Amino acid sequence: MLSRAAKRAVLAARSCVLAAESSTSSLSSSSASISFFNRTIKTGASSTSSSSSQASSSNTNRGYAAGAALGSALSVAAVSTTFVASADEAEHGLHLPQYSWPHDGLFDAYDHASIRRGHQVYQQVCAACHSLNQICYRNLVDVAYTEQEVKTMAEEIEITDGPDDTGEMFERPGKLSDRLPSPYANEEGARYANNGAYPPDLSLITKARHDGINYVFALLLGYRDAPAGIEIRDGLYYNPYFPGGAIAMPKMLVDGGVEYDDGTIATETQMAKDVTTFLAWAAEPEHDDRKLMGAKWMFAMALLTVTAVYQKRYIWSQLKSRRVIVDAVR
Amino acid sequence: MKRLSLLKQPLLNTVNEHLIDYPTPSNLSYWWGFGSTAGICLVLQILTGIFLAMHYTPHIDLAFLSVEHIMRDVEGGWFLRYMHANGASMFFIVVYLHLFRNLYYGSYASPREAVWILGVVILLLMILTAFIGYVLPWGQMSFWGATVITSLASAIPVVGVDVTHWLWGGFSVDNATLNRFFSLHYLLPFIIAGASILHLAALHQYGSNNPLGCLATVDKVSFYPYFFFKDLVGWVVFALFFSWFIFFAPNTLGHPDNYIPANPMSTPAHIVPEWYFLPVYAILRSIPNKLAGVLAIGLVFVSLLLLPFLNTSPLRSATFRPLYKKLFWLFVADALLLGWIGCQPVEDPYVLIGQLASVYFFFYFLIAIPFLGKFETSLLQGSARA
Repeated sequence: MLSRAAKRAVLAARSCVLAAESSTSSLSSSSASISFFNRTIKTGASSTSSSSSQASSSNTNRGYAAGAALGSALSVAAVSTTFVASADEAEHGLHLPQYSWPHDGLFDAYDHASIRRGHQVYQQVCAACHSLNQICYRNLVDVAYTEQEVKTMAEEIEITDGPDDTGEMFERPGKLSDRLPSPYANEEGARYANNGAYPPDLSLITKARHDGINYVFALLLGYRDAPAGIEIRDGLYYNPYFPGGAIAMPKMLVDGGVEYDDGTIATETQMAKDVTTFLAWAAEPEHDDRKLMGAKWMFAMALLTVTAVYQKRYIWSQLKSRRVIVDAVR
Repeated sequence: MKRLSLLKQPLLNTVNEHLIDYPTPSNLSYWWGFGSTAGICLVLQILTGIFLAMHYTPHIDLAFLSVEHIMRDVEGGWFLRYMHANGASMFFIVVYLHLFRNLYYGSYASPREAVWILGVVILLLMILTAFIGYVLPWGQMSFWGATVITSLASAIPVVGVDVTHWLWGGFSVDNATLNRFFSLHYLLPFIIAGASILHLAALHQYGSNNPLGCLATVDKVSFYPYFFFKDLVGWVVFALFFSWFIFFAPNTLGHPDNYIPANPMSTPAHIVPEWYFLPVYAILRSIPNKLAGVLAIGLVFVSLLLLPFLNTSPLRSATFRPLYKKLFWLFVADALLLGWIGCQPVEDPYVLIGQLASVYFFFYFLIAIPFLGKFETSLLQGSARA
């Protein structure tokens, strides 16, 4: 238990160092620790108001302070042991730090306030290049926004629909049943706009990468100058968590890059954490229902196991208490 | 008063004779429960599969999207799909345990050759069904797995390439391939079900083997209630294990690349089959020659089929065969080692370890089992003389 906690602290320290290296203030690295050392879970906070999430972040300050202290204490050790990249790490990307996400536990749901903030990050930053094809506006209802909020949001986009009675296509405001708009008409257009690189659809990204949630988080915060001896082509950026180390996506998250509607301070790490939670939800929207159903079902099966074992022993008691007499003489 | 017995009516009396009053050795351990659990797996796979097929679209442009449609929009769809996808792994876990129990207690030995051979046929059908089923979501691993494995047919001399094109229904893995795989994936489970009934019929000719490996006619009890309730314990424990994966770790046994839509223009860094194929995949890869590798896979199943005839031991159970017991556990370790090698890159030292492990795999079936029986007999005769 102790060693696991220590390991976690090392990893947190590593993220602090990382964040500091990528030219952010030490304050921003601290907010990541807030999120990870506090395991408070908000279930069903679909239309969380700004006040509740503000309250929760102020409650967690103590947790953060402890985390930061541990983190800084262990950061020296972390630097000396984990920043040596082997050939394998260059090929497959640096080994991923393991964070304890608020929804990791068996009985933990997503942090829905974080999904809401993450959607704002996606909308204001990622959506310029990345599609989210599997998500419709209706999916956000009662997950991160109220129905009215989502309707208003959907009406802001124009959808080409039709044909109408005269055979013509027409424009209409978006509806709940529409999918989120894609930034490009097709893959060719996306590649043309991005120097030949294709920004992948993000609907399944946390499921489509090994240890995807930690991967996305580490990648978003992993940008830094290429170490001596590593050449990065023009138009590519050094990121040790990306397989090969050279990624076409520039560093997108900077402090204050997004304005959250719940008043949370948008530090780089806060945004990375929120958008990762949002993408985790987008990949596995059934997550909360699944774990709840699982808890109920496992409880029922555990009871059934006890009953079945008792019944088996009851039925077999006759056979088990037999007396076998071998009468060889007669 | 004459008692009306439904169980004496036609057909129902067959059910009664084979599932209710069926005489079963009283000393069967829990290891004998995996047969009925495998039957449950088959039924669950068929049921979830039928419902999944109601929403799935076997077309290269739509297959991946229709799977996501099942996951997101179909009521309870994620449950059906996770149950089906993890169910395949569970089916293999159960069948492998069933098979290892068989090897340990010598259940394959005379007079149960037919039961064993039908079991190997079921295993082959399962492998085929699982492989083509994995292609259906049309993710990256689906596509590239299908490409690699169907290309093995091209190793056949002279007609290899033609056979491969015939399997594909074209000149590459494409829509025709996906369509025929879907069709066969729906068909094969019913053939497995038929083979399972034959497997059971063959078993019931001589009845189950037992942990002592000797004749059990002296003490048999009716299947119901004794073994029904004993198997029930295994079923609920299995249900707990299975549900753990469905609800809490649904993607642990899968590969993340299969959540990337198939793209013939981009090859994944490592093409890895599902875990249950890894030991055989390791044997294939430990031989540098393609044709020889394919023949080695063939030899795996030929050795399995020949096992009852290669065996020379008059004793069945490893309980009374200390030397065999050691070789058996070494074989279990060897199979696990091959499974690990199967998911490592083809480079040193994995290649050499894989080759040594493959050699032991065949040594166990083709040399150890035939000679150990004779050796043990000679030891026994020697001690009898002394």
